[in-house]
Amino acid sequence: MAEINLIILIICLLLYVILGGADFGGGILELLTRGKASQIVSKAIAPIWEANHVWLILVVVILFVGFPSVYSTVLTALHIPVLLSLLGIIFRGSAFTFRHYDIDEERPKAIYSKIFQYSSLFTTFFLGVTLGAIILGNISLNYQQDFYTAFVLPWLNWFSLSMGVFMVLLFAFLAGIFTVSEINDPQYIQYFSRISRRLIVALVVVGALVFGAAQLNGHPLFFEFVHSPMSIVSIVLATLALPVLWYQLKRLNRVMLRLIAGFQTTMIVTGWFAIQFPVLVKIKDGADITMQSAAAPHAIQFHLFLALLVGVLIIFPSMGYLYKVFKFDNPSAENK
Amino acid sequence: MAARMQMGVSLGFHIIFASIGMVMPWFMFVAEWKWLRTNNPVYLDLAKAWSKGVAIFFAVGAVSGTVLSFELGMLWPTFMEHAGPIFGMPFSWEGTAFFLEAIALGLFLYGWNRLNKRVHLYTGLVVGIAGVLSGIFVISANAWMNAPAGFDWVNGHAENIDPVKAMFNKAWFSQAHHMTIAAFSATGFAVAGIHAILYLKNKLEIHKKALTIALAFASVAAILQPLSGDHAAKNVAKLQPAKLAAFESHFETQEKAPLIIGGIPNEEKREVKYAIKLPGFLSFLAHGDFNAEVKGLEEFPEEEWPPVPITHYSFQIMVGIGMFLMLIAFLFLAGTFKWKHWLEKNWWLKLLFVATPLGFIALEAGWIVTEVGRQPWIIYGIMKTKDSLTPMPGIQYTFYTVSAVYLILTFIVTWLLSRQIKLLHAKYL
Repeated sequence: MAEINLIILIICLLLYVILGGADFGGGILELLTRGKASQIVSKAIAPIWEANHVWLILVVVILFVGFPSVYSTVLTALHIPVLLSLLGIIFRGSAFTFRHYDIDEERPKAIYSKIFQYSSLFTTFFLGVTLGAIILGNISLNYQQDFYTAFVLPWLNWFSLSMGVFMVLLFAFLAGIFTVSEINDPQYIQYFSRISRRLIVALVVVGALVFGAAQLNGHPLFFEFVHSPMSIVSIVLATLALPVLWYQLKRLNRVMLRLIAGFQTTMIVTGWFAIQFPVLVKIKDGADITMQSAAAPHAIQFHLFLALLVGVLIIFPSMGYLYKVFKFDNPSAENK
Repeated sequence: MAARMQMGVSLGFHIIFASIGMVMPWFMFVAEWKWLRTNNPVYLDLAKAWSKGVAIFFAVGAVSGTVLSFELGMLWPTFMEHAGPIFGMPFSWEGTAFFLEAIALGLFLYGWNRLNKRVHLYTGLVVGIAGVLSGIFVISANAWMNAPAGFDWVNGHAENIDPVKAMFNKAWFSQAHHMTIAAFSATGFAVAGIHAILYLKNKLEIHKKALTIALAFASVAAILQPLSGDHAAKNVAKLQPAKLAAFESHFETQEKAPLIIGGIPNEEKREVKYAIKLPGFLSFLAHGDFNAEVKGLEEFPEEEWPPVPITHYSFQIMVGIGMFLMLIAFLFLAGTFKWKHWLEKNWWLKLLFVATPLGFIALEAGWIVTEVGRQPWIIYGIMKTKDSLTPMPGIQYTFYTVSAVYLILTFIVTWLLSRQIKLLHAKYL
């Protein structure tokens, strides 16, 4: 039962990365663009953003109900980067809403936009750093030692920081693809395709650097990678999809574009998880938190699954309806 | 202490935004329904104006709620590690309800021109229902901390966990109705108060209509609230006698216990000065019998006392305001059914304006009553708050940061709303 809930957890995480990623990435993309282009991004993302945070909340709930020690360990040892991400989430969410609902005046809108853009970047970076710290294994359960070792070193290292950069690029890339498949003006389609292609190149480069940084921080990630057939397959598939994506960016098949970008993200997440499974949080000196050691008793897992199942049965149809009404009905209509 | 304060500030902030986000959809739903029935475009404008307010409050409530789900673990990891599996079920349901609310709200806000009018109206209703449900689920989790159930505590670990029993613990029902009604009353009076002062300045039809809808909800809630409070108090007397004793600074166990109104409690001397005492009424409040014995704080070791003065003052404030709002509610009923000219009078509008913040003050006081009244326990009778604190030093800096952020947000939201109102006036004047 714990396995099933873990799979649901991964799916929620994946959906957060893809949908929330496009949303966070929107802010980053606005930062990379100017004037009209920047407005196009915000318009493409506006109608569905309110729903995206829920994936993160689901991840958190599954963790503290089903795998409580993962939740408490991560939030204790990684208090600082998590707090920084949260501050970012508050700022960007509020600024986005304020920008959308305030009276049309130039100055306040410009301020909200700046806050939204920079906090999107900031949040994404620290989410990546947090994830990196969970993978790396510099977390120590001995909280009595000095502050720096217990609460800073687990995340302030090359690997975690490079994960932060990787995450920023990944989210910006997702937003780029999302925007391309959302707009009609050929000039801007060209423009965003170009940005997306550049982001792909950057992603591949930084992706390689992540492995190097792991080596530098004493975590043989590459070695573990080549010994995990499933993650090799995932990463190879993600790479093979690249030329296809490149081609579709020229041909502009909107559905295909999104599917491929989603597929690649899925493969990256699968690849990562396959390397470390059944370890959920890597701990210094090998006392890793695994799926078995963290799982709450069977009765809990069952009720959790039941709640999630009912939730899915209610949520997915309504989510589908939301997308249908806004995304496919009439893509050129005004959203406001 | 900083951790407790941070939790207090975060929850105190979230509770206001969540309450408004849960109640205002009902107002906008009624406004739209009225528009469909009467074809009066003022109702449509009102529904649209309110829906913008809902969007702002919902979004801020959602981010502050997301943050809270992390904060629980960042501040009280030991508590969450043990309690998470037990009281997590209402949270998972809450996730679903919240999700549904977000989706329905998205449809409502952006669907004015895309959805059939009826369908659009119903999405508003779904927002309201899902909001109330998610509120109730969260309250059920909080109630579990007051009345832990659904597990056996063996050597510092929970065993034989039964999440269903934990969710339907003995306190969930009384807390759920008391809180839901409080949210309706507080939001109703706040919205009514704002429209009252606007109406006083500009006699616009839209404010009058807004006033009536908000007051209708608020009045029903304010009249039901004392009954709900009575039920809640009896429940507390049964489940957490020390908390009840702290409400009333009731130090000695006695029969025909007096209801103490106001006054300054002194923990050391175990007495309350300058208070009005109504003999037997506390016995009646707690057990429904003027002669019943009510346990005093003396029955409990002092280290298990909640902070008496804070709990006492908060309880007095909550009850006092509750009574005052009930009075306004009766005046409104009298004005609606008999003395119609009252409702146009300046004193009435001014009275409503005075009541604008009162509901929320009472709501916060009530929340302090239940949270501070539970101390020193985080899980009543099982785990103490201090034993569940995060080992990370320097937590006060987290507290300062979070408080500052919430303060800024509160200012911006207030400012935004005032600008929205100006926008509305620009259309009519």
